[in-house]
Amino acid sequence: MKRFFLFLPLLVAVGVGVFLFAGLGKDPTKLESALIGKPVPEFSLEDLSDPELKHDNSVFKGEVSLLNVWAEWCPSCWDEHEYLMHLARDKGVRIVGLNYKDQRENAFRFLNRLGNPYETIIFDPEGKLGFDLGVYGAPETYVISADGIVLHRHVGVVNEQVWQQELLPIVNEARGES
Amino acid sequence: MRVAMLLLLAAFWLAGPASAEVQEVYDFDTRAEEQRYQQLISELRCPKCQNQNIADSNAPISKDMRDQVYRMMRQGASNEEIVGDLVARFGEFVQYKPPVDKRTIVLWAFPAIAAIGGFLVVAGVLWRARRRNEQDSALSDDEKRRAERILKDQGGSSDR
Repeated sequence: MKRFFLFLPLLVAVGVGVFLFAGLGKDPTKLESALIGKPVPEFSLEDLSDPELKHDNSVFKGEVSLLNVWAEWCPSCWDEHEYLMHLARDKGVRIVGLNYKDQRENAFRFLNRLGNPYETIIFDPEGKLGFDLGVYGAPETYVISADGIVLHRHVGVVNEQVWQQELLPIVNEARGES
Repeated sequence: MRVAMLLLLAAFWLAGPASAEVQEVYDFDTRAEEQRYQQLISELRCPKCQNQNIADSNAPISKDMRDQVYRMMRQGASNEEIVGDLVARFGEFVQYKPPVDKRTIVLWAFPAIAAIGGFLVVAGVLWRARRRNEQDSALSDDEKRRAERILKDQGGSSDR
């Protein structure tokens, strides 16, 4: 019994070590969305290229989509755009764009230069839908189910690794269900 | 020298307001409302710049959150409603004080557990040490008789 007490500090140290080690690789700037499992918040916003056309939650109905939050002023959006083009063109992924706190001319300049991977682009100059979604740093990419439910959020650039390891499994699962 | 000091003071005085320029100007009806607003924004955490509250942060998202706090206060929302609204959007993360519930009870109870645990350990060590002292000094009857004999012999020898 006395021997056991001698080892107690060692056991405590190992326990704390294991607990802290588990947290080491985590990126604290990536937060899980509060909306996982909930519908996309209600919105009614103009189309980027056609102010007469209003979009609402029905844009997500019927097919699993990626919702990509982007803006011309966001440097990482320039970085990930080529990969989004690849996803839309070669993999047939449906991507809905949310142009976030941007200006129309700037957004057009961006798309003219890099191409347009989006099936639909929602124009959100005041960041209303962005705020309701809890967007805290563009680019953000959401996986939305065919019923308009938020399944997943990725904060930061989407690239091959993120797509293969993080987004594709969720997209596949959602497609299988619907 | 005195002129230099005055200049220095003037420089500090001018620099002061510039460094505290995060806040927008909001109108409040009463001083209490304004204090409530300040209290709220100092307890909400910016999701982008993670170690700042939204009162100190000048990230655009913090401004949006301050706007929302102000708007909801204007509409007569309670503190719980305002915090709940922002948590529904940005997650538990934005609360510097997590609510007491099933998942956070260990977190909240830990200081008490640690204090009680520490007290028990110290009390246990003291109790064991005292008991050991008593045991060490306690002699069996045989040993007592032997000790008395030795003491007597010694006493006799020292008289000589």
